[in-house]
Amino acid sequence: MSEASAHALEHHEPETSTGIPNKKVLMWAFLGSDCMFFGTLISTHLIYRKISATVGGNFLDIRDIFDIELTSFSTFILLASSLFMALAVSAIHKGNLSSTRWMLFGTIIFGAIFLACQVYEFTHFVHGKENKFGDLEHQLTLSSYAGESEQQGKDAVAKPHVFGSTFYVLTGTHGTHVAIGVFWLLGWFAYSFTGKMSTADALDIECCGLYWHFVDIVWILIFPVVYLMEYAF
Amino acid sequence: MATESIKYLTPETETKLKSKAFPRPHQNTSGIVNWLTTIDHKKIGVMYGMAALFFLILGGIEALLIRSQLWSHNMEVLSNREYNQMFTMHGTTMVFLVIMPLSAAFFNFIMPLQIGARDVAFPRMNTLSLWCFIAGGITLNLSWFFTGGAPAIGWFGYAPLTDTRFAEVFLDMGPDFWIFSLQILGLASLLASFNFITTIINMRAPGMTMMRLPVFTWMTLIVSFLIILAFPAITIALVELMFDRTYGTNFYDFLEGGKPHLWQHLFWIFGHPEVYILILPAMGIVSEIIPVFSRKPLFGYGLIIFSGAIIGFMGFAVWSHHMFTTGMGIVATSAFSILTMLIAIPTGIKIFNWIGTMWGGRIRFETPMLFALGFITMFMVGGFTGIMHSSVPIDAQHQDSYFVVAHFHYVLIGGALFGLFAGFYFWLPKLTGKMLNEKLGKFVFTLMFIGFNVTFFPMHYLGMIGQPRRTHSYNEGHGFEAWNQIATIGAFVLGVGILIGVYQFVTAFFNKKLKDAGKNPWDARTLEWTLSSPVKEYNFARTPIIKSRDQAWENNYGPKENHSEKVPLDDHGVHMPDRSWYPLVSGLGFLGLVLGLLFHQSIDSNTGEILRNYTFAIAGGSIAIFGIIMWSLEGPAGYHLFPKETEE
Ligand code: HEM
Ligand SMILES: [Cu+2]
Repeated sequence: MSEASAHALEHHEPETSTGIPNKKVLMWAFLGSDCMFFGTLISTHLIYRKISATVGGNFLDIRDIFDIELTSFSTFILLASSLFMALAVSAIHKGNLSSTRWMLFGTIIFGAIFLACQVYEFTHFVHGKENKFGDLEHQLTLSSYAGESEQQGKDAVAKPHVFGSTFYVLTGTHGTHVAIGVFWLLGWFAYSFTGKMSTADALDIECCGLYWHFVDIVWILIFPVVYLMEYAF
Repeated sequence: MATESIKYLTPETETKLKSKAFPRPHQNTSGIVNWLTTIDHKKIGVMYGMAALFFLILGGIEALLIRSQLWSHNMEVLSNREYNQMFTMHGTTMVFLVIMPLSAAFFNFIMPLQIGARDVAFPRMNTLSLWCFIAGGITLNLSWFFTGGAPAIGWFGYAPLTDTRFAEVFLDMGPDFWIFSLQILGLASLLASFNFITTIINMRAPGMTMMRLPVFTWMTLIVSFLIILAFPAITIALVELMFDRTYGTNFYDFLEGGKPHLWQHLFWIFGHPEVYILILPAMGIVSEIIPVFSRKPLFGYGLIIFSGAIIGFMGFAVWSHHMFTTGMGIVATSAFSILTMLIAIPTGIKIFNWIGTMWGGRIRFETPMLFALGFITMFMVGGFTGIMHSSVPIDAQHQDSYFVVAHFHYVLIGGALFGLFAGFYFWLPKLTGKMLNEKLGKFVFTLMFIGFNVTFFPMHYLGMIGQPRRTHSYNEGHGFEAWNQIATIGAFVLGVGILIGVYQFVTAFFNKKLKDAGKNPWDARTLEWTLSSPVKEYNFARTPIIKSRDQAWENNYGPKENHSEKVPLDDHGVHMPDRSWYPLVSGLGFLGLVLGLLFHQSIDSNTGEILRNYTFAIAGGSIAIFGIIMWSLEGPAGYHLFPKETEE
C-alpha cells in the first residue's frame, strides 16, 4: 500500500456518526429496497402458480418443462461464485492485488456460467421439447403454453397461459441482477490492470460483494420456491 | 456571496481521469452552467421546488378544467375522453410531480442544515435524482402530443383499463407514457431516499443524537424508508403492466388467466404508504412551526416521532381499505378495517401534541403559523372522514363517490399542501435572506382557506346524495347542480390564492424591496437558524458540537452548558466536492432510454406486424451507463475553503 493511497482513503471516507462508511449504509438501504422488488415478484408468482395452473382448459404441469438437473447445477455454480467473491474481498483488504484480480475473475466466470445456463434454459423452454415423432410440444413463452401435441406430425398448439409471464419476468429480473453484477465486477477486473488499484478500493469492492451475495441469496429463495416446490406440492 | 477572506484553492485531489469532453466547471462558475452542474443540496432543493411549483400550476389548470366541466348537468367543456385524461393527469401530476417533489425540496434544503452537515452523503447522486424527476415530468406531459393523447386510466391505472384490448384509440400510447414516467420518477425518489437515509444516519454533527434530531429530519428519515420499501411494489407492478402491454404477458389479462385484482393489491400496497409519504413531511414542517410561534418547546417530542414511525409501519398493513368493495372476503375485509381504525390513533396523538404545544403558549399569528393551524384543522376533517370509511358498510356507500374526493382533498390540500405552504413562508427567508410580505401572505392564506373549504366541503354532501367520482357528467334532476357550482367557484378562488402564493415565492428571489431577514427572524429553535440567511455554500464554517435539542433557542436563551461549541478547523479546511456534468449526462441518458422504449414499436403497414427497433433505447441506455462510469472514475475530487469562524 502506497502512502498516497492511504491518504486518499482517509480523505474520502470521513468519519461518520455510526462509524459505518456511507457507501455501506447506501448499499444496505438499496438491498432492503431490492428485497421488496423480489418480494413483489415472488408473491406474484406464488399467487398465480396454482390459481392459474389451468387457463381455458390449458393445463400446465411445470415438471414437463423444467430441467431440474441443469438448474441444480447452475444453482451450485452461483453459490460457488460467492466463495470467490468473499475471497476477493478478503484479498483486497490484505492488499494482495493479484489474488484480488483472479478471485474477481473467478466470480465473473461463475456468474457468466450461471447466465449461460439461464439463456440455455430460456431458449429451450420457449422452443419446447421433441416427442418421439419429432414433433414439438411443451413450449412455454411469455404469454402461452403448448401442451402435448395431439396429432402425429403436428406441433402442439400454443394457448394463453400465465405461468410463462410470472416465471420469465421473475427469473429474468434475477438474471438481470446477475448480469449487472458481472459487468460491475468486469469493471473492477479491468481496473486491476491499470495499476491504480489499492486497498483504498477495498470499500467499493466490499459493496460490490454485498450486492453479489445478496443476488445469490435471492436465488437461494427462488430455486426452492419456483423450481423445487413444483416437485413437492 | 463569497467574502474576500475565503481562499479558493485549486483542486487538491487530482481527478482520476481527465475528461476533455466534460471538464469539471470551476466552483465559481455562474449562469446556467452553475445550475446544470451544481451538486449543492441547497441549489438542488431550489430547483426541485421551482419545478414542482410549475407543475402545481399545470395540475391546477387541469383541476379547473375538471371543475368547469362539472359546473352544471350534461356540460361539454371537455369530451368524455378528455375528462378522463384530465383527472388522470391531474392526479398523477399532483401526487408525483407536486407534493412529493415539494417535500423533496424541503428535505434537500433543510435537512442537512438541521443536522449540522455540509451536504448530503452523495451529492452527485442527489443531482441525478433531480434530473430524473424533471425527466419524469417531461415524459408524462409529452403524452399529450402522441397517439391517443394523455392517459385516461386514472392515477391508479386500474386493470383492465390499461389493457391494450380495451383502448379507445388504436395503439393508444397514453398508458405507456404513464408507465415510463412513473418508473423514472420512482428512480428519482429512490435515489433521493437512499441518500437521505445515509445522510441522516451517518452525517450528524457531533452530539446530534437521534433523539436530538429535529422532528422534520425525523420525518425525512421515516418518509425515505417508506419510499424505499413502498416504491418497489409499484415498480414491479408497472414492469408487469409494461410486459402485458408490449410483450403480451398475461399478468392482468383476465381473458388469458390473469387477475386484474392483483393490480389493485400491488398498486395499493404502494399506494397507502404513498399517502403517508405525502403527509408526513408536512407533519414534520408543522411540528417545527408550531413551537416557534407558540414560543414553547414541542410537547411530546418522543411521542410525535414514535407515532410517526408507527404510522409509517402500519401504513403497510392497511392497503386493502381501498378495496373493500372488491369482494376480498369477510376475514380480510374485517382485518383491514380494524387496522385502518387503529392507524387513526397515532395520527390523533400527533394532533393532541400540537394542541398541547400551543396550550399556554404565546401564540403569534404570522403566515407560517396560520398555514400550520389551517393544516391541523383541515387535516382533522380529512382524518375524520378517513375513519368513517374505514368502516366497511359505510365505505360501501362512500366508495367511488364524491365523498372520497372530499376526504382525500382534505388530507392532501388542507393537509399536505397547507403544510408545505407553511414551510415556504417559514423557510424562504432562510433561502433568500429576505422576509416575505406578511400582508400578502395573510391574503393568500385567506383566499386559500376559504376557496378550499368552499370547493371541497360541499363534496361531502354531493357524495352522500350519490354523485359518482371519475364521471364525466351528470343528468338533470339529481339536485347536484347548485353544490357543484359552489364548488367550482371555490376552486377558482383557491386557484387564485395558490397563484398569488406561487408568485410570492418565485419573486422572493429577486424582489429587492423585501426586508432583510437576518439569521433568525422568527426567533426559531433549530440549528439552521444559527446560520446566516442566505446560507453560505459550505453551510457551517465550523462543524457545530450539539448540546441540546433546540440548539438555536438554547444558544440564545439557555444556560451556558447547553450552548453549542465548534470543532476547530484542521489544516485541510472545509472540504467541498467539485461540480460535475455526469449527473446531467446520466439523467439525459435515462430520458433517452425511456423515450427509446416508448417509441420502439411500429407497425408494418403492409403486413400489420409489429416491428421493434431498439436503437434509440440502447443509445439512451449507453449514455446513462457512460455517465455513471465516468462519474465513478472522476471521483468526488474537491477543493478546500478556509472561512473565518464567524462567516456562517
Ligand atoms: C386517519 C387516517 C386515514 C384513514 C383512516 C384513511 C382511510 C381511507 C380509506 C378507507 C380510503 C378508501 C375510500 C374509498 O375509496 O372508498 C381512503 C382513500 C384515500 N385516502 Fe385516506 N385515510 C387516511 C388518511 C389519509 C391521508 C393522510 C392521505 C394523504 C395525504 C389520504 C389519501 C387518500 C387518497 C388519495 C384516497 C383515494 C385514493 C383513490 O381512490 O384514488 N388518506 N382513505
Ligand atoms: Cu389508504
